[in-house]
Amino acid sequence: MEAIYLDHSATTPVDKRVIKEMLPFFDEKYGNPSSIHLFGREVKTAIEEAREKIAEVINAEPSEIFFTSGGTESDNLAITGTALSMKEKGDHIITSTAEHHAVLDTARFLQKNGFKVTYVPVNKYGIVELEDIKEALTPRTILISIMHINNEVGSINPISEIGEFARENNVLFHTDAVQSFGKEPIDVKKDNIDLLSLSSHKIYGPKGAGALYIKRGVSPEKIIHGGSQEGNRRGGTENVPGIIGLRKAAEICLEEMENERKYLNKLRDYFWEKLQENIPDIYLNGHPKIRLPGILNVSFPGTDSETVLISLDLKGIAASGGSACTSGSIEPSHVLKAMGVSPEIAQSAIRFSLGRENNKEQIDYTVKNLKEIIDYIRKI
Amino acid sequence: MKKQRVVVAMSGGVDSSSAASILCEQGYEVIGITMVLWDYDTSGGNIDNEKSCCSLQGIINARNVCNQLKIPHYTINLKKEFEENIIKYFINEYLGGKTPNPCIRCNTLIKWKYLLSRAEKLGARFIATGHYARITFNNATGRYELRKGADKNKEQSYALWGLTQNALGKTLFPLGEWTKTRVRKYAEMKKLKTEKTSESQDICFIRDNNYKRFLLERMPELENKLKGGKIIGKNGSVIGTHDGYPFYTIGQRKGIGVSIGKPAYIYKIDPIKNEIYIGTKKDISGKSMIVNQCNFISLNKIEKPIKAITKIRYKDPGKLSLISPLPDNRLLVEFIEPANSITPGQSAVFYQNDIVIGGGIIQNPL
Repeated sequence: MEAIYLDHSATTPVDKRVIKEMLPFFDEKYGNPSSIHLFGREVKTAIEEAREKIAEVINAEPSEIFFTSGGTESDNLAITGTALSMKEKGDHIITSTAEHHAVLDTARFLQKNGFKVTYVPVNKYGIVELEDIKEALTPRTILISIMHINNEVGSINPISEIGEFARENNVLFHTDAVQSFGKEPIDVKKDNIDLLSLSSHKIYGPKGAGALYIKRGVSPEKIIHGGSQEGNRRGGTENVPGIIGLRKAAEICLEEMENERKYLNKLRDYFWEKLQENIPDIYLNGHPKIRLPGILNVSFPGTDSETVLISLDLKGIAASGGSACTSGSIEPSHVLKAMGVSPEIAQSAIRFSLGRENNKEQIDYTVKNLKEIIDYIRKI
Repeated sequence: MKKQRVVVAMSGGVDSSSAASILCEQGYEVIGITMVLWDYDTSGGNIDNEKSCCSLQGIINARNVCNQLKIPHYTINLKKEFEENIIKYFINEYLGGKTPNPCIRCNTLIKWKYLLSRAEKLGARFIATGHYARITFNNATGRYELRKGADKNKEQSYALWGLTQNALGKTLFPLGEWTKTRVRKYAEMKKLKTEKTSESQDICFIRDNNYKRFLLERMPELENKLKGGKIIGKNGSVIGTHDGYPFYTIGQRKGIGVSIGKPAYIYKIDPIKNEIYIGTKKDISGKSMIVNQCNFISLNKIEKPIKAITKIRYKDPGKLSLISPLPDNRLLVEFIEPANSITPGQSAVFYQNDIVIGGGIIQNPL
């Protein structure tokens, strides 16, 4: 059996159709989009078309899409940029304990620089509750940043309610939609979203490309200074092939989202069923229904994530657990901790994230090996 | 036949890298593992001003070497275990007026416990390290024996006295028969991408080698509580003050800050009164000591007094002594010739020729 990739929430393979679109932008259409000449102009046009496509996916205006190097930069621009631009109005930010590190670390950075941050809790499913946000709101609050879909357990936050609440209280609302963009329907107008981070490499696009949606009238301070690219909101020559790749990846998602959701839902349910049939004493982390189709986060008490992941890797099966630090060692998941699960469950959690190239045969092979691994570790 | 799986503990240095390479050549299925044991957030002393959680360079080197050897490499997070078993012990020993040896304890309680257990869960038959020591099996006694490594200068059996029979039976020391010079040449020949720099430093989690800084960061209250402790001279008079007893060690000569006309040594530390005692060279020598927490390797236990060469620190050539059993897994060690700086908290290891009889922790000189 060839190696099996079940870590699509970490990154995805680039779709062949995406690569094909990107290739000309390396050697044929290599102009700098800021140049006035023919070479530049044709590239500029392609970038503007990409902007239109991204806008279409989330029901934004093309002029509200700003390309960045990816989800992390988008989060930084959204949060730090807003804090800097709104500091006359207030100094308080609300986010949650289960956010991605791109948000949490940015919030901590701002705390070190004089801003105040409230980290609202999540419930046992990893979902933020509006009541907690209401309680955290102060007259000094300038921004609420709550992720759309949690990257570790796949639970979906009530962004529509949060957006409405933020709008009523005249506070900006940012959502990190890196895990949901192209996979779950998003409507920035309907959901009252002011800022939305998205990334290319989670949806079969290339790494190093992403975007921030900034609602018209909202104006985060620039954090990458240089040229006046991207409406003077982000300096630096555009990653043209990346942007083109992001566009194509988004286009494919737009066309295939419904089918893919159905497929991944079915495959994940099959996976979970087989796991339950074959391995006793296992737990599903996250919400059983309100969740992204592809993610299955399971705990195997009596084992530890690291040993299971290494054993799986030695069998050619790629999954993940918690979040890896620079050393590559796994830190206990802050998301599971935030959900209040027991240490036993937190330490033995494995995240499987399925993608469009996975199939039943691979799931069967995975379950068979996983059963052997879990039985062995529990026995020894 | 299916290859036997071995987990090699890899630091990124030349020894463990060569060990991994040698095991590959010997036909084992080798997995490289680097343990992540501490981080700068809790240990401080970030001399390289690294932004990472721990010292990254070793991990990168280990990974590069595994890449060259075409074997998988993983890191495992044993920070919690290390904090509980090693760092807390380290602090408590100093607070008790002793001088801990965290590396030896790490061997016993981290490598040959948690790492070994992880390795077994990964289906490994053995764990291996780059230590210069040998393991043999004695058919007559039915016991595994730990022996000095072939390289007289480098040999590290002293640090391994805590290994149990179970651990020894599951351990390979590929460098046991090698000299350091040969290992260096081997690594060079194989072009292993190991760390070119110095040997492993003293205490891995105190990168700046300043344990005083470490203790004060962990327990800032110590500074005021202990400052101004008395330094007691030979005749019982107070001859100065010190910063706090945990910051000194038995046998210490430098940095005491008093002068008695001759080289001055610390020969006693009293943690309760926060006093340190200064004398001359002869005051630090002793004829006997009590050793506790003993582990025996070549013998199951010691029933009557036996002769052994006793080493009381890593580079100590060892002194002839008589070791006699005491209750509670303790031993009385009587040196034929007095030994210098018998330091509570350090390890005493007993040898017969190159065989390690066993070892223990020095409780106190008599």
